[in-house]
Amino acid sequence: MDLSSINPILLIAAMIAAATPILLAAIGELVVERAGVLNLGVEGMMITGAVCGFIIAVNTGSPAMGFVAAAVGGAVLSLLFAFLTQVALANQVASGLALTLFGLGLSSLMGQSYVGIKPPRAEATPLGPLADIPIIGPIIFGHDLMVYIGLALVAGTWAVLKFTRMGLVLRAVGENHDAAHALGYKVKRIRTLAILFGGACAGLGGAYISLIRVPQWTEGMTAGVGWIALALVVFASWKPWRVLLGAYLFGGITQLQLNLQGAGVAIPVEYLAMSPYIVTIIVLVILSADKSRAPGSLGRTFHASG
Amino acid sequence: MIRIEARPQPSAVMAYATPVLAVVLTMIFGGVLFAALGKDPFQAIATIFWEPLFGEFAFFYRPQLLIKGAPLVLIAIGLALGFRAGIWNIGAEGQYIVGAICGAGAGLAFFPAESVLIFPLMVLAGALGGWAWAMIPAVLKVKFGTNEILVSLMLVYVAEQLLASMSLGLLKNPEGFGFPGSRNLQQYPSAHNAEIIAGTGMHWGVAAALIAVIFAYVLLTRHRLGFAIRVTGEAPRAAKFGGVNPGRLVLFCLGMSGLLAGLAGLFEVAGPAGQISIDFNVGYGFTAIIVAFLGRLNPLGIVAAGLLMALTYIGGDIAQSQLGLPAAAIQVFQGMLLFFLLALDLLTNYRVRFGTAEVA
Repeated sequence: MDLSSINPILLIAAMIAAATPILLAAIGELVVERAGVLNLGVEGMMITGAVCGFIIAVNTGSPAMGFVAAAVGGAVLSLLFAFLTQVALANQVASGLALTLFGLGLSSLMGQSYVGIKPPRAEATPLGPLADIPIIGPIIFGHDLMVYIGLALVAGTWAVLKFTRMGLVLRAVGENHDAAHALGYKVKRIRTLAILFGGACAGLGGAYISLIRVPQWTEGMTAGVGWIALALVVFASWKPWRVLLGAYLFGGITQLQLNLQGAGVAIPVEYLAMSPYIVTIIVLVILSADKSRAPGSLGRTFHASG
Repeated sequence: MIRIEARPQPSAVMAYATPVLAVVLTMIFGGVLFAALGKDPFQAIATIFWEPLFGEFAFFYRPQLLIKGAPLVLIAIGLALGFRAGIWNIGAEGQYIVGAICGAGAGLAFFPAESVLIFPLMVLAGALGGWAWAMIPAVLKVKFGTNEILVSLMLVYVAEQLLASMSLGLLKNPEGFGFPGSRNLQQYPSAHNAEIIAGTGMHWGVAAALIAVIFAYVLLTRHRLGFAIRVTGEAPRAAKFGGVNPGRLVLFCLGMSGLLAGLAGLFEVAGPAGQISIDFNVGYGFTAIIVAFLGRLNPLGIVAAGLLMALTYIGGDIAQSQLGLPAAAIQVFQGMLLFFLLALDLLTNYRVRFGTAEVA
């Protein structure tokens, strides 16, 4: 075992990168759940985004186009969920599961001929001399653009939910859809838009894995990140900044266990690889005592009668 | 203008018609998908649904129907009990893996001794393993209110790592020339889940699935506990006032589905699969979710759904080798089926009205 082979500065920088896909997916799901919809299809939308982004990035040579395609792909898939739950009034849990199962199959079908190809490299954000500052430079300023977009999304979501009329309406729909309906808000339309936003975010998160983190396409490569993102929303008590905190915690554990695997710790690789999932369970247990923060209409089907 | 009106009672006709309709729609849209992949859609559909049953090599494929159907039915029966009560165990894949590991481990512990007691012991170990794995989300839900969906799913990933660890370490075949994977249980007579009637595909897992179906049917229609499950799913508050203990129901439903998934894993590893290996699990635990819904969470419906789903697996394999249809296409096909089912369920609980809205 050689722990000195782990460079703490690079480790922290890698932890931030590892947290980004979870962060992107979780902030999208947070908005969806604040609108009162439980979409368990995050994993399916992520993997679909991962493959869409990969295909477009490889064919156009532009990672940026890839991310756009990933967001579109995730949103299109989430439209299916929106149709099932908002139009066909299907059970949200079952529809979300269906979305995940379908997404996993669809992505491996689409990605068949892309296995083993290298995607175009995403450039680090040109922040110039900032990245050369010792210690802080590589940790804070040495990342690709998506890391900062993720942070901006958290700040934006927080501000919109807290300070704008749009955010207030969204929260009203999530807390009590009957009251919101009585006030004349279009519950289904607002929820559909939230679902689309969640799908786009999950797609971006997936593409971050296939284009930057790994970067490669393999079947089922999201490996439960979408489910961890779902757990993270509960962990964060539906609050944007806590999502950021949680994402860094989980990203940190994921990266740390990878580094420990590399450093040849005496613990077998399989047991290290289990750790992010086990930590998720433990955190869920600790935090599930407080359910008071959950949106009041979460998971309930809305149908305006009469 | 189209309006959707809630029905006072779910439509009985639609309850039977929607699964059939969903299958037909899936065939149509699946055909479109296969055509988009450059295959002849009619030939592809015929290969999947006709070939295994009535084709030239049907004598070979028909037993496969039982072999592939049994684990699906076993798992789906357990899941349906929980789904009926609004208890969502989606980690059956993990319970299936742990059941297989425990069962195979119990058998291999006695290698190479021969005794008639070894196989029953393995069955017990497999059931207990699956049960224990499902008890983790169950106890956490009852004690701490933790979401069982997320915990049971996380445990799938943990179980997959455990499986890798077992096939590379503890259960690795000492005479396997360093290849990952355990000893082959098919070559260990006391532990082999052989066919009860040779050549029919009828192994002990099929028998267990049939027993589970009867058990679940009696439970749901004739027993107090089954009534409690149904009331809890349809009206949780009424169930509470009626004296149903929700905690005990969670423990029972999750435990039962874990036990059945564990059994499915054991019968698979001791029979058709033969050994613990890294790629032992093939997603039965997830496909069983589709089976449970396709069978409308009804034990008898699940039998039909399980056989149909087994058919798509076998037919998919044939289509893969004969037409070059990608394996993932079948997965998409199965996912589509669940979509259509859920969407069409609207017709059971609601009435779709055309024409202008009446003035109240």
